[in-house]
Amino acid sequence: MYPPIANPTTEPTPPKFGEKDLIRRSASTVTPPAQRQTEVAKLIDVSKCIGCKACQTACLEWNELEEDVGVNVGVYENPHDLTPNTWTLMRYTEWENPDTNNLEWLIRKDGCLHCEDPGCLKACPSPGAIVQYSNGIVDFVQENCIGCGYCVKGCPFNIPRISRVDNKAYKCTLCSDRVAVGQGPACQKACPTQAIVFGPKDEMKEWADKRIEDLKSRGFDKAGLYDPPGVGGTHVMYVLHHADKPELYAGLPNDPKISPVVEAWKGLSKYAGMAVLGLTAAAGFIHYILQGPNRVSDEDEENADRLAGGSN
Amino acid sequence: MTNSWTDIRNADVVWIMGGNAAEAHPCGFKWVTEAKHHRGAKLMVVDPRFTRSAAVADHYAPIRSGSDIAFLSGVVNYLLTNDKIHTEYVRHYTNASYLVREGYAFNEGLFSGYDEDKRAYDRSTWEYEIGPDGYAVRDMTLQHPRCVFQLMKQHFAPYTPEVVSRISGTPEDKFLRVCEWVASTANGERAMTIMYALGWTQHSHGAQNIRTAAMIQLLCGNIGIPGGGVNALRGHSNVQGITDVGTLTAAIPGYLALPTDSEPTLESHLAKRKFTPLQPNQTSYWQNYPKFFVSFLKSFYGDKATPANSFGYDWLPKLDVAYDCLRMFETMFQGKTNGLICQGFNPVMAIAHQKKSTIGLSKLKFLVSIDPIETDTARFWENHGEANDVDPSKIQTEVFMLPATTFVEEEGSLTNSSRCIQWKWRAADPTYEATSDSVILADLFTRIRKLYEQEGGKGAEPLLNMSWEYANPLEPTADELLKELNGKALVDLRDAEGNIIRTAGSQLASFGEMRDDGSTDGSMWIYTGVYGPNGNNSQRRDNSDPSGLGVYPNWGFSWPANRRIQYNRASADPQGKPWSEAKKYMYWDGSRWTGPDVPDYVPTIPPERATGPFIMNPEGVSRLWVRGLMADGPFPVHYEPFESPVENALFPQIKGNPAARVFATDMDVFGDPKEFPIVATTYRLVEHFHYWTKMVHMNAVMQPEFFVEMSEELAKEKGINPGDMVKVWSNRGTVKGKAVVTKRLKPLTINGKIVHEVGLPLNFGFIGETKKAAPINSLTPPVGDANAQTPEFKAFLVDIEPIRGPVA
Amino acid sequence: MGPKTSSARLRVRRYSGSARINHWIVAISFVLLLLSGLSLFHPTFYPLSALFGGLQIAREVHPWIGLVLAVGFLGLFIRFFSQNLPETTDFVWLARLRHVLRAKDDYLPEVGKYNAGQKFVFWSQFVLVGVLLVTGIGLWDQGLAYAEGLFGFKATIDQQRWAALLHSSAAVLAIAIWIVHVYAAIWVRGTISGMTRGTVTGGWGWRHHRKWLRKEVVKGEAKRAA
Repeated sequence: MYPPIANPTTEPTPPKFGEKDLIRRSASTVTPPAQRQTEVAKLIDVSKCIGCKACQTACLEWNELEEDVGVNVGVYENPHDLTPNTWTLMRYTEWENPDTNNLEWLIRKDGCLHCEDPGCLKACPSPGAIVQYSNGIVDFVQENCIGCGYCVKGCPFNIPRISRVDNKAYKCTLCSDRVAVGQGPACQKACPTQAIVFGPKDEMKEWADKRIEDLKSRGFDKAGLYDPPGVGGTHVMYVLHHADKPELYAGLPNDPKISPVVEAWKGLSKYAGMAVLGLTAAAGFIHYILQGPNRVSDEDEENADRLAGGSN
Repeated sequence: MTNSWTDIRNADVVWIMGGNAAEAHPCGFKWVTEAKHHRGAKLMVVDPRFTRSAAVADHYAPIRSGSDIAFLSGVVNYLLTNDKIHTEYVRHYTNASYLVREGYAFNEGLFSGYDEDKRAYDRSTWEYEIGPDGYAVRDMTLQHPRCVFQLMKQHFAPYTPEVVSRISGTPEDKFLRVCEWVASTANGERAMTIMYALGWTQHSHGAQNIRTAAMIQLLCGNIGIPGGGVNALRGHSNVQGITDVGTLTAAIPGYLALPTDSEPTLESHLAKRKFTPLQPNQTSYWQNYPKFFVSFLKSFYGDKATPANSFGYDWLPKLDVAYDCLRMFETMFQGKTNGLICQGFNPVMAIAHQKKSTIGLSKLKFLVSIDPIETDTARFWENHGEANDVDPSKIQTEVFMLPATTFVEEEGSLTNSSRCIQWKWRAADPTYEATSDSVILADLFTRIRKLYEQEGGKGAEPLLNMSWEYANPLEPTADELLKELNGKALVDLRDAEGNIIRTAGSQLASFGEMRDDGSTDGSMWIYTGVYGPNGNNSQRRDNSDPSGLGVYPNWGFSWPANRRIQYNRASADPQGKPWSEAKKYMYWDGSRWTGPDVPDYVPTIPPERATGPFIMNPEGVSRLWVRGLMADGPFPVHYEPFESPVENALFPQIKGNPAARVFATDMDVFGDPKEFPIVATTYRLVEHFHYWTKMVHMNAVMQPEFFVEMSEELAKEKGINPGDMVKVWSNRGTVKGKAVVTKRLKPLTINGKIVHEVGLPLNFGFIGETKKAAPINSLTPPVGDANAQTPEFKAFLVDIEPIRGPVA
Repeated sequence: MGPKTSSARLRVRRYSGSARINHWIVAISFVLLLLSGLSLFHPTFYPLSALFGGLQIAREVHPWIGLVLAVGFLGLFIRFFSQNLPETTDFVWLARLRHVLRAKDDYLPEVGKYNAGQKFVFWSQFVLVGVLLVTGIGLWDQGLAYAEGLFGFKATIDQQRWAALLHSSAAVLAIAIWIVHVYAAIWVRGTISGMTRGTVTGGWGWRHHRKWLRKEVVKGEAKRAA
């Protein structure tokens, strides 16, 4: 068993990280702290997950979210997708393994992966609406959010959701409020089988290695850790039996990275656009300096008069 | 559980069958994942559906609902024919060597002694041969043709892998893999745990399902050792406590028997339970039965219980027949019952054949519902359209709802599947007028007793003589009640030398201190020690585990005697040495039995005395052969469920369990497989707790609506698309729900015939936050298991069709 | 205001009242879109959002103004598209762009109501407004929801990303062209009164749109000021 995280003291304690620990802030420049906090990670061991949705419920409970009672549409997923209130969702995939002819029921807890290079933050136009702490947590700051939905387009994993009620973006916070007082996220606390563990990212990787070894001993040759380098690694990682085929797990991207379209949008188009606008304005200005106004001369007026007169 | 939740982590093979621990016991299931993670344990799941447990299993084998005995008997046959048994264990610790008396026979699916009219057996031929010394005759070579071992070989021989596959639909290779993994533990080096739940219990042959599992474990030597056992996963947080405390009608607390009509005196009751050892030097705790029984009577009647009046034995009700829930509703249905008090009970949802239940309730004069929530039962008279199509104007039953506190709003103890009694403290204040069940019952008791005092009446003595010594008679506290269950010394207790071992008024430390002379009380001997002289042990929260074997001896209190693994003497060989270093648990250290647990044995009896390790049995050994103790046979037999799509492939004359209990009025409610060709089974969903959490918004969000699980093949055959509304009906009723079409259910080939099965989650009803649905027990048949009278919820017949047109 | 003129100078009607209102609806919408759009586009322009009472409101109103502009632009299009159809003289005009920039109008062919530069602005803005409208809806959750309800079209995330890239690129071009448009109006003195008062001087017509002036004179649209 991974050693359980002890309960916090009842004495008020200062939060372990805050504004000063920001390494990224949307639409702003920040000076990163000299010393990065220990990078944290949540490790989701898909091979231990029984799909009980305790994490999903704990998330609603801890974050005081209210989800609607839906309907069954022929699947186990409820709600049917992430929503502004459902920040984490169990997704179920039935897969017949062609190598073994065995049915596998692949159950993955979906939610924000807290990328080291977060696409949402890159896309966000509102200063300070998305921040990244030096421990790796990517958090949405709703009071700065303008509800434009750019984070949705920036995210390689299709995670953020915009609330129709207050027009703000929502997603998993990795329980930054709990982590700030030395606790793990609520989902981890609620997980009955330790399919979710939380701690320093290095330790999580070591823990994952042991799990992968166990899975390999059970015939899952391609078992591995999902910590995709395309987004600089993530602070929510998965142990997968079929790490070579992450898309089996309800479409977990094989090689996620910030879309080149988004890169172009938030990079090239910004700089090129600024240049185009600047050059156009400058060209006009220079033209005016050199050329001066294009005035109608008296002669023109007289010609016009004559024309009119002639015709009258 | 013979073992405990935390002990599962010691298993090398975990076998889940007749249950779905990941779904119904997700928290306990963590110990399975621990065993897998840290011991490299293998998990195998045998189930009609590929369940959430199967999702994390190393091996999954499908099975047709209701054919478990054939499967398990096939495993027994495999172990016997391949000699994959723990021979020394079987020889010394089971009754394999006992000779069965002449006259026993088994022919065409029936044991000797069957009476077709009574649907019951005369079990006299199922006993041992008793020698001239008064002890049972044994053949330690296991060669005698009438010894249990040889009878077993003969009895299980028909259950070949091919036959198992033909009956259960399990592919032979998948079946054999299960056998091989079971066999890998038959050596004292490795252990297998079996985890089961209501998937085995709720059949017309439910008790025999579990018994066959016990036989497998005994053949492998997996009883009494860490990581072994036959482990019943109880369905509610305190259902173990409820069973212990004797709410079953034929028992009083601590599994003592409620007297029957044929036991008019205390002497006659005790004489029937006199302990007669069947082998020399055998000891048994049942020889203390009189002490436990008299202490119980002293708790009930206090000073009014005296030797002169047989401690008030006459005031105890005498049973004519067991009033299990099916019989209660049968008498209600016949109009013989005036009133029903439902305390934390929602029978409209919980009892088979809901239509009959509703008719029964409609014939009552009054119905009292003591519950934290408005149950479907309390509102059975309301019309909820198709979900509960009744006519309120025709129902005259007066319903009283008494709001009770929920478990978090009161303190008290819960007993979990590990038999561990754990105290919990009140975490929230009760809402509105809600008050605890004990207060409600005390109020009722006080008022009724007052009426008897003032007006007299028939049968007043049991109430008038009842001891009711609580600080506030209207509010007995949980603390007082647990103390009362534990028992105390009523006078100074002395040992043989005359030394005072317990002063008058002090709590008893163990049931060994109980007396049969009225000098002690204690209404439940098995709990004695939980609230001893050292205080309330259920409140202990020391999670240290010195042995590292998950014993946690100072966490709560495990009955009996704070023992974590039952029959743990069997973890050592006859000489008292551990079977292996890997499975070292309790052993003889030269002067006494020692180890991390409390020995299930007299700690000072040396191995040389050869006292059997199963001291609850007069044989001193465990029973592969159960003599006359089960109603439907000394060995298990494959019988089909009462509703089955196929005939009994082994014994074509006998379809269902010949000794299962069916009421005459119910004989015509069973469906014909021609009309209802599809097998159905019921189960819980992890998102809900039984019928409670449909009242809870958050749970309703997680699983909002009743659904029907079916294979892709069946859906195609019936023209059903995923998410369609479908109608499922049996010969007793109809339900409607959404279609979940899945690869996790597959049609099986049974005796050459394709058999489809549908899965029906049971959590949905017509009251609550979830979408309205007719109770699933509209469909289920009211046949009771031969021994426990549990209804056959897990295997019955239905048909299914899509509902076209707009879905409301 | 040009050379000193007598009070009886010729003035030619260039835009009707409704055309001017239509233009200014589009113009004001454009400016508001530009301000709110730029504040969303680059942190440098974030302070512009203060004009709207914050970025949240800027984001909220932007698409609605966009719809106003689109409808307004459609009006302009219907009004003016026939006069913006290309002619052979446009190519001559373009070939002599050097003279245009140096205000040597005499070296240019006679131009109708619109010269090739104006036509370029017209058609390029027509295309860009179309692109901005479609991609704008693709960026706008409510718009997408409406589109889904109406056409059953559900934009994928990747389509939305393309929408974002195209929208910002198109916006940049539209703004650049708008700068040209505004600059030209300022640089070519006497132009603005066409959109403010509806008339231009005869001399302006003679100098810049002589072919158009000739037609107007024939139609009798040129009048002496009172």
